[in-house]
Amino acid sequence: MNTKRREMVDGAAAIARGALDAGCNFYAGYPITPASGILTHMLRELPKVGGIGLQGEDEISSLGHCIGAATAGATVFTATSGPGLSLYSENLGLSIMMEIPLVIAISQRLGPSTGAATATAQGDIQFMRWCTSGGYPVIVLSPTNIPESYHLTKRAFKLAKRFRNPVFIATDKETVMTTESVAESEMLNAPSWNDIPDKPVYKPLDPYQKNGAIHHYTGSSHTEEGHITKDPEIIAEFNERLKNKITDHIEEISLVKEDMESGSDTLIISYGISARSMEAAVNKLRSNGEKISALTIYSLWPIPEKRILSSLDGIKRIIIPEMNHGQYRHEIERLANKDVDIVGVNRVDTFLITPEEIIKAYND
Amino acid sequence: MTKPKLDTYIAEENLPYEFCPGCSHGKILGALSNSLKQQNLDPSEVVIVTDIGCVGLSDKYFVTHAFHGLHGRAITYASGIKMQNPELKVIVLIGDGGCGIGGHHLLNAARLNTDITVLVFNNFNFGMTGGQHSVTTPLDSITATTTLGSTDAPMDIAGTAKINGGGFVARATAFDKDLPDLTEKAMNHDGFSLIDIWELCTAYYVVRNDFGRKEMMGYMDSMGMESGILQETERPSFQTSYKGIQGQASKQKSMSGLVLDTKFSSDLEKPVRIVLAGAAGQKVVSAGNLLASAATLSGLWTSRRADFPITIQTGFSVAEIVISPEPVLYSGIIKPDVAALIASEGKDKIDRLTGAMEESDTIYFADNLGDVDSSANQLPLKFPEGAKKEVRKNIAALTAGYLTKQLNLFPFEALKEAIRQTQKPKIAEINLGLLAHFE
Repeated sequence: MNTKRREMVDGAAAIARGALDAGCNFYAGYPITPASGILTHMLRELPKVGGIGLQGEDEISSLGHCIGAATAGATVFTATSGPGLSLYSENLGLSIMMEIPLVIAISQRLGPSTGAATATAQGDIQFMRWCTSGGYPVIVLSPTNIPESYHLTKRAFKLAKRFRNPVFIATDKETVMTTESVAESEMLNAPSWNDIPDKPVYKPLDPYQKNGAIHHYTGSSHTEEGHITKDPEIIAEFNERLKNKITDHIEEISLVKEDMESGSDTLIISYGISARSMEAAVNKLRSNGEKISALTIYSLWPIPEKRILSSLDGIKRIIIPEMNHGQYRHEIERLANKDVDIVGVNRVDTFLITPEEIIKAYND
Repeated sequence: MTKPKLDTYIAEENLPYEFCPGCSHGKILGALSNSLKQQNLDPSEVVIVTDIGCVGLSDKYFVTHAFHGLHGRAITYASGIKMQNPELKVIVLIGDGGCGIGGHHLLNAARLNTDITVLVFNNFNFGMTGGQHSVTTPLDSITATTTLGSTDAPMDIAGTAKINGGGFVARATAFDKDLPDLTEKAMNHDGFSLIDIWELCTAYYVVRNDFGRKEMMGYMDSMGMESGILQETERPSFQTSYKGIQGQASKQKSMSGLVLDTKFSSDLEKPVRIVLAGAAGQKVVSAGNLLASAATLSGLWTSRRADFPITIQTGFSVAEIVISPEPVLYSGIIKPDVAALIASEGKDKIDRLTGAMEESDTIYFADNLGDVDSSANQLPLKFPEGAKKEVRKNIAALTAGYLTKQLNLFPFEALKEAIRQTQKPKIAEINLGLLAHFE
C-alpha cells in the first residue's frame, strides 16, 4: 500500500461511503445544514447500486419511509441535525418499539432552535440519548475525525442489526463539512476495535414478503408475534427486554481510546471534534515534560462505565472539553469519586475549543 | 403455483368487531376482505397499514401482514414498504383524523404517486377520543370541542388528493355495494390511489347532529362533492419512475473524495493557518482548494473550510486553510498566520480574525483594502506586471500563485500539478496561463 497516498474528503462523504459499504440500500432524509451533504451523496449513489434514496416532505415522513422500508427488508439510514432530530422523536420511539435496525447520523449545530446557523456544536449529546418518550436506551457513537467517521458508520450498521435498535452517529458541522487530507490507508483499514457479532441478540427482523410468514409490526405493546396485548406480565417482560438487550451488552458496545501515561494524576476526557483539540493539547503538554493521560470516548451511550472507571486509577483531576455546557461532564461526575476535581472546558460561541484553552485548564 | 382460495381475509377468531353498534367501520372492512377475495391475493402479498383512532383497531381482523404505527404517519410507512418491495400490495386504513394530522403526508404521497392504496374512514369526527371535531367536520356541527357549532371550513380529502396529482381518486360511502370493485380498481392502479369513504360514527357524530345515512347523502349533494371515480391518470408511479432513475444513475459522476499521491516535498516545520477573504464569484473556495491540494501533493496535511452566506453569488466568500507537517488536529482558526484580503466583503467578514493577528503575522491586501486595524505586518498583493489585466477576473487564483511564491510552503510546481489534477481542462488551462506570469 502506498502510504503517501492521501484523500481529500469531508465527513459527509466518509459517512455516506461507510453506510454504502455497510450495505445500506435505503435512505430518506430532509435537507438541513450541516447534514445535507450526506443526503445529496446518498441520493446520488444509492440508485447506482439498485438502492433507493429520496427526500421526504419533512423529517417525520423521511423516518417513516425508513421504518416502513426496514419492515420490508431494507437496510436503512438517515441523517439530520438537532432541529431535525426534534421531528424524528416520535418515530424513534416507534423504531425502539418495533425493534427496527436504524442508523441515524446527527451533524450537530449550535442551538437552541435555529441557533447560530450554521456553527458547530456538541449540544445534542443528551438529546440523542433521551430522544423519545419512555427513556429506553439507544446507542450513540461519536467519531473524532474523517476516517473514524467512515469506520464508525460501518460499525453503527452492525450494532443496529445486532440489537435491532436505533444507533446514532454523533458528529458535527466541523467534521461533516470540512475537507481534509487523510491517509488513504486510514480510510481502508479499520482500527483494531472489537468485532460486533453478526448474530442478533434477540431474533432477526423477518421482513414482509410474498409467500413469507405473516407478520404484524406495531407501535403498541405486543406479544412476540406482534399482537397487541394489555397483559401486564407480557408488557413488563417486553419492556425489560428492550432495556436489557442494550444494558446487558455494554462491554461489547463500549469503545474508547485510552492514552494513559503512568504517574499522571490528570486525565482529560473528550469525544467528537473536541477530542482532537484534546490530543493536540496532550501532545504539547507532553513535549513540555508534563505527565498527562487522555481518554477518547467513541461510544457515548450506553456510557462505557467500566472503561471510564478503570482509567480513573490514581487520577485526582479530570478535565472535560466539550462544545456544550457540560452535558457529558455530569455523567463523569456521577461516576468519579467525590474527591476528584472535575473541570469543564466549554464553548458555545461558534468557535472550536482550542488546544490552548485545554492547556490553560491544565495549568490552572 | 395455484392461487389460494380464501373465503374471507378476516381473521374470524378475532370477531366480533369491537366497534360501537351501528359503526360503519365493519362494513368497510368486510368490503376490503371481499375485494381481496375477488382479487384472489395471497395474504402474504398484502400489507395493511393502519393509522391511529378506531380504524387503528382494524389490523388484527385481517389474515394479511399488518403494520400499526403512529397517528397521521401511516401513509409514510406504507410508501416505505412499497418502495422497498414493489411485489407487496400496500393498503392504508386511515381516518379523517389521520388525514388532518398527516395532511402533509397525504398530499405529498399523491404528488409522489407512490403505488399504495389509501382507504379513508371518514366519519366527520374523532371517535376514539370522545367525538372531538376533525378536519372534515361539517360547518355548524356539534362535537365535543365545538359545542356551539364548528366554524371551520371542512377539508375535502378526495379533492386534496386529486388536485395534488393522485393517480386514482374516488369518493364513496360505506354503504356502497360496489366498494369491493372500486377498491380493486384502486389497488390495480399503478400509482397513488385513494378512496374517501364517508360513513357514520354512531357513538358521537350521528347522535349529536341527527346525522343518518340520508342526511350524509344530502350533505354530499349540498357540498357539490360527487361520489364515484374523480380522477384516473396515466402518470407513472414513483416505483416506475424510480426504475428510470436507477437506470440512468451510473451516468452521474461519483461524489467520492479526491485521491492525491505525494509527488513533491516540503520542509515546513509548523502549521500555517491561511485565510482567503473575498467576495462571491471570485472563486475564493476554489483557490483555497488549490492551496490545500498543492500542500497535500507535497506530503503536507491540510484542512479546508469554506464560509459563505446562505444566498449565493452575493456577499462574502472565505476559505480557511490549515497546512501542517503533521495531521491537522485542531482545524479552527481564531488567529491566522496569513490573511489575504481580495474584496471588501471578505475583509469585513474576517475583521475579528485580522484584529487578532500579531506582528509576526502577515496580511496581504488587494488595491484599496489595506490599512486594517491589526498589529499584523500589512503588505500589498503585488501581482506580476503581465498579470495586471487578469486581476479583475481571476484575483483568487493569482493570489494562490502569489502566496505560493511568497510563503514558500511547498514548490510552485505543486500548485501547477494541483491545477492539472483537480480542475476541469478548460479552467486548468486558464489557471496555468495565470501562473505562467509568475515564472
